[in-house]
Amino acid sequence: MTDTIVGLLSIMITASLVNNVVLSQFLGLCPFLGVSRKTETAFGMGMACVFVISLASLVTNAIYKFILHPLDLSFLQTIVFIMVIAMLVQFVEMFLKKFVVSLYQSLGVYLPLITTNCAVLGVALNNVTNGYSLLESTICGFATAVGFTIAIVILAGIREKIEFNDIPKPFRGMPTVLLASALMAIAFTGFSALR
Amino acid sequence: MSNENKGALGFTKDTPMERFLNGLIIENPTLVLMIGMCPTLAVTTSAINGLTMGLATTFVLALSNAVISLLRKVIPDTVRIPAFIVVIASFVTLVQLVMQAYVPTMYEALGVYIPLIVVNCIIFGRAEAYASKHDVLPSFFDGIGMGLGFTCAITVIGLFRELIGGGTMFNVQILGEGSVVPGPAGYFFSLYQPVRIFIQQAGAFIVLAVLIAIMNQVKFNLEKKGKDTSKFGVGGCCSDLEIKDPHKVKEELLKKEAEEKAKAEEVKEEAKETVAAAAGSGEEENK
Repeated sequence: MTDTIVGLLSIMITASLVNNVVLSQFLGLCPFLGVSRKTETAFGMGMACVFVISLASLVTNAIYKFILHPLDLSFLQTIVFIMVIAMLVQFVEMFLKKFVVSLYQSLGVYLPLITTNCAVLGVALNNVTNGYSLLESTICGFATAVGFTIAIVILAGIREKIEFNDIPKPFRGMPTVLLASALMAIAFTGFSALR
Repeated sequence: MSNENKGALGFTKDTPMERFLNGLIIENPTLVLMIGMCPTLAVTTSAINGLTMGLATTFVLALSNAVISLLRKVIPDTVRIPAFIVVIASFVTLVQLVMQAYVPTMYEALGVYIPLIVVNCIIFGRAEAYASKHDVLPSFFDGIGMGLGFTCAITVIGLFRELIGGGTMFNVQILGEGSVVPGPAGYFFSLYQPVRIFIQQAGAFIVLAVLIAIMNQVKFNLEKKGKDTSKFGVGGCCSDLEIKDPHKVKEELLKKEAEEKAKAEEVKEEAKETVAAAAGSGEEENK
């Protein structure tokens, strides 16, 4: 029992901090750079990711375990996963719109953006490569999304601060944001001692 | 030939050659349009990784463009996005299996980024913007041009990162200890200390930042000469990042605050007036 809990904890720490999805695996860079102008929107995007990535990890791993693997169709995983994720996002959006209106109002704008987020597919594929169980892959998905939220909220905070700084003209905009993320990446390599 | 028919570099529009050069130079996806940044950052730790990734992407891009262009009249408009995704994902699976069989070391090195070619915005962007509206041959060459443009860009980025971070070029030691360069130049080169951070994650961000800054400078220079630069710059998924003057941003913010204050004061004054009026009417009633 303790072994499983320790195992799950180590998966959580590895997925959220040590192998941070944006800063060490470069997945989900588009929303990371695109939706990080304000802290509130960044947090909203992060929460939408937590929701969708956890759910997608569970569903894709279940499909792999119960359909693709027994039928020896695991070479189809890329096609199946991307279709499932796209459908899942659509379905979640419709479900929230109909039944959980308050959640839809806070997350709704970000949901269609998540289909293009390569982190979702990346986590789903990594779960299969690492041979995680259903519980482990859900936890891994959740922790990865939490790591994404941490990174994007920190970056949004930095961007709010540096907006008024007088930066050389060619470095304004994207390059400054990228340099800020480079410094964050250096800081996050410190977490590798936790492994 | 009328001016409207002229495409890239003076070639007739939509011919194979024009499409090829357009993707390679005029609309280079990485350096000019700045789309598909995830693989650009992730796999450029060495030149050979960049080259392999680029060629795999080129293969998928060219063939998916051709197939989507063939099917463009069959696919209904409402379900085109899932249809495109299935076509692209099929070719990606093909590449994945071939690489696993014939170049297993590269397959191991690139790992999860090969299946992730599916979500590369260059491929989907070209399918949507070009292949779904044009004939098969130009679409195919559009894919090849765009793919090779991407390949060149990420190979060069990989080359720089590898050279600065490890002192090697395509796994041949040029700088640092054990340099293959002979003579006094070789001795001089072997004194180099590799800057390890450039092959780590942070290096990718730094290299890309400097690259975009250089492209921005090129854009400003072109603007000074009065040339059209509308195609330049951050496009695709990162499009909300336009360049702003910090002073102007501050001025705008101050203006907004001042306006809000003025509005709030107006509301207060109005409230006072209504209170006064109500009091006045109350007095009248009392009388």
